[in-house]
Parts: sequence; structure tokens; C-alpha cells
Amino acid sequence: MTAKTDTDRTEIRLAGEGGQGMILAGIVLAEAAAIYDNKNAVQTQSYGPEARGGASKAEVIIANGEIDHPEVIAADVLIALSQEACDKYAANVKPDGLLIVDEDQVERLPNRPVIRVPVSKLALDTTGKAITANTVALGVLVGLTGIVSRQAIEKAIMARAPKGTEEMNRKALEAGFTAIERLAH
Amino acid sequence: MTIKLMQGNEAIGMGAIAAGCRFYAGYPITPSTEVAEILSRELPKLGGKFIQMEDEIASMAAIIGARVGGLKSMTATSGPGFSLMQENLGYAAMAEIPCVIVNVQRLGPSTGQPTAASQGDVMQARWGTHGDHPMIALTPVTVRQSFDLTVKAFNLSEKFRTPVILLTDEIIGHMREPVKLPAFETIHPYEQVVADTPESYKAFRNEPGDVPPMAPFGRGYRYHITGLFHDEVGFPTQRLDEIDPWLERVNHKFDRHLDEIIMVESDFQEGAKTAIVTYGATARSARHALKIARQRGLKVSMLTLLTIWPFPETQVESLGDQVDRIIVPEMNLGQLALEVERMVGRRKVKRVNRANGEMVTPQMILDAIEG
Repeated sequence: MTAKTDTDRTEIRLAGEGGQGMILAGIVLAEAAAIYDNKNAVQTQSYGPEARGGASKAEVIIANGEIDHPEVIAADVLIALSQEACDKYAANVKPDGLLIVDEDQVERLPNRPVIRVPVSKLALDTTGKAITANTVALGVLVGLTGIVSRQAIEKAIMARAPKGTEEMNRKALEAGFTAIERLAH
Repeated sequence: MTIKLMQGNEAIGMGAIAAGCRFYAGYPITPSTEVAEILSRELPKLGGKFIQMEDEIASMAAIIGARVGGLKSMTATSGPGFSLMQENLGYAAMAEIPCVIVNVQRLGPSTGQPTAASQGDVMQARWGTHGDHPMIALTPVTVRQSFDLTVKAFNLSEKFRTPVILLTDEIIGHMREPVKLPAFETIHPYEQVVADTPESYKAFRNEPGDVPPMAPFGRGYRYHITGLFHDEVGFPTQRLDEIDPWLERVNHKFDRHLDEIIMVESDFQEGAKTAIVTYGATARSARHALKIARQRGLKVSMLTLLTIWPFPETQVESLGDQVDRIIVPEMNLGQLALEVERMVGRRKVKRVNRANGEMVTPQMILDAIEG
């Protein structure tokens, strides 16, 4: 590894319950950055031994240069889809960082600015499937931060979407983008 | 090949294929299972064999048997499985059977925590099987190195007729980063050449410093394989004039080839009186700490070990001559630090340890640098 500064690193944590697809969302975000946006990205994860339930999180570091430490030190962005995730990780968001929560899943909020988006409700309303919440979350995250381009995230999602689910995922992503535009007004 | 976001474990699987591995036997265990997954998919396409065994004892036995039969072989496991493999790992060292054992370290002891990271098997990799024996263990820091060092592990195991351990960890194994793998045609797997005729061949010829090539079974070469001390054709012996030359040859088979086996990355700063000696995932935390320290005007050197066994004695000793203290961060309670202390003295070494399944943070190392 060559010694190049990576002070440009952006640290993103996506957290929820096991089975919500947050790790996959992290992988897709990293692919959007590294494959479609010509940036560097490293993705790590932690999860319990269960296939579903339990706390689950993905971490993505995005930078223009080399990425050494692969984990979040202090998050620039946290998107929390469960109360446990918010309780556990909110304190580790930078003071000027972004905390995004699913407003229907997270009731107790920390004493700091929080962006509340009905992620799981949007998923259900848009596609009829709760499992698209991770795609909606990516739309919200990218819409708010611009950390990767909208084209890059769409390409990354399409590359991963199982055959026949492309349209559903595109709609879910779009719902995330739109939710942010509504927030802005 | 194009750029792909890939896990360390996937890169190990691809490295095995590139190195010519055509036999895998294993028992799935977190956090190593992706290695088995990828090889179960890819090996049959190449005419290779993938077998899920009943446990790790059998897995280790199977890869030894496969290599004797002529196929380059590998298994992958983690702590509990690595413990079970120790007996047959000693057998491979004793019978000089090349094979590669991947240990994706997780938190132990015992079942520990399957999804948590650790560097707790450093000493087990060296001394886990009983008796004096040579051992090579390689520790990748990046996904690309996970590929490269797997290829290297196969080549070293073939050249020196010895088991080689790829000692990675949950962080590097599960971490994804963009990599562009080299075209497999550009990789040159080491192939043993048996120059002897079946009549003159001795599988365990004791010429000092010599590694006799291993002829595959079933091609006319006759020899015996045993875990007992054996003579030059492999039959058990109690004669000291046969045991002593074996001890001399096998336990010193790396001595004249350390330049080829020991891989380190040096990032030395002129005038630095503090250095970090690091390996595996922790090297990434150390690199971050190093950058911040240098931004603050501190002078710090760093030595990253890609080979931890045999221990890079010369490199660490000479670093010790240049600096006043050496920081050794590890995801264990201090294992490789013992080796560093052996080379430079206890007073020069500052240990930074975390053994609860989480990475050593850059801040912990920075505190040690500034402390």
C-alpha cells in the first residue's frame, strides 16, 4: 500500500435487522462507487449467527484515493431501519453527519438532527414488497448525499437485481429519490 | 479481467484455481465458507474435485491423500476446525506432503464468536501440531494480496514439499474491495520435476538442504508414507543415523531460501525512533494511524509482515537497531509481539491488543505512538 492521504474518505453505515438486506445494500453502494463511479470503496459487515433477526450492519468507505482502515471510525452517514440500529449507532455519527431513520420503525430518537423517512412504508406502497426497503433506502441515501451518482446506483442495482425484478427495483429506487425531493420542499 | 468488488475469501478461491489447485475437501465454517462455496462452483468446471467431508479431521486427511495422488489440494477453515486439523497437519509436515490450509481466523477459544474477527491463531499456526517441524504462514492485508498469497502458498508448498497456512482473518476474508485479478495465463504455478527413474527414486532422500521432489502414487514410483520417523524410502526407523539427517534436512529446509519465503513491506521514515510491526487486518488500522501521525509531524516507520512464519528475524532485528521502540498491534492478547520481543528485547516493545472480536482502532495505535 502506498502512502497517499485518504482524508477524503466518506464513512457510511447501513444498519437494520438481519434479513432487511442492509448488507446487500452496502455491497451495491460500494459497487456503484468502485465500478460505475470510478472511485475507491471498501465494504465490511457485521452480523450475528442468525439468518434473520438480530442486528445487522454494513459499512462502506468511499474515497478517491487509497482506503486503509476498512471500518467506520465516525460515520458521515447512518441510515437506521430499526430501533436497535438507531440506539446502537446514532452516537457514532459525526456532529455534522447525517442520521437517517425509517420513521415507522424508529420511535425513540436521539437528541440531534434526524432525517425521518418512511422507508419501509414507501417500499410497501410502491412495490407491495417489504423486501424492497433496502433499495428505497439506497435511493434516500444517494438522493440526500450524492455520494455516488444516481446513474451509478441505478446501474449497480440493476446489475444485482434478479431477472424479472428490475422494474420493481427501479421503482423502489425512484421512490427513495422522490421522498428526498419531498423533504427538500 | 475487469474490476470487480470482491471479498478476500473469493480472491482466495480464485487464487487457488490460478495456482493449479484441483482438489478441495472441507467442512463449512464461518467465516471461511465463501472459499468452499466458490470452489464447489468452479472446481468441477475444470475437472477438479470438491468434497464436503464429515469434519475437519477428515478434510485434512483428504487433501493430503489427494496430493499424494497427484492433485494440488487445499482446505479452508476457522478456529475450531483448525484445531481439529492439527494432527494431520503434523502428518503433512512429517511426510512432506504439499498442501494449503486456509485459516480465516475468528474469535476464540473454542466456538468463540463465529462472525467476529481475531488474530488469535498466530502461535497455533506455528506450534499447533506437536513436535518440531517447519511451517510457513502467510498473512494478507488486502483482497488482492489474498489472491497473490494463495498462489504463493501453493508455490511454496510445492517447492518445499510442506504444508503452507494462509492465515487470514474475518476482516480481510469478508471485506470487499475493488480488484483487478491478473489473467490466469500469466501465473506460473510451480511444478515439481522428478528427474529420477522409479528405480533410483528416493522420496525422502536426506541430502542437506535438498527437498526431494514428490512423485505421485500410481505412476511406477514406489515409496512408503508414514507419520513415524522414516528412512529414505519411507519405512519406519528408529536408527539415529537415519533420524538425525531427517531432522537436519527437514527443519532447515527453508534456511537457504528465506529471501523467497519471507515477504515484508517496509515504509521507513528517515530519523524515526518509533516503528510499527504489523500484519493482517491490523496493518490497515496501523496504516491509518501512521498517516495521521505523520500529518502531525511525527516520524514513524512501519514494517508489514506478509510472512509471519518463518518469522522475519533479520528484518525485525535490523529495524530494532534503528528505533527506540516498536509498537505491535494485534487482535489477540499478544502473540506475534513475543517474536518481536525475542528479536529486539522486551523493553523496546509496546503491545497494543484487542481480543474481543473488534478491530484494533487507528486511535489505539495513535495513542501508543504519541504515548
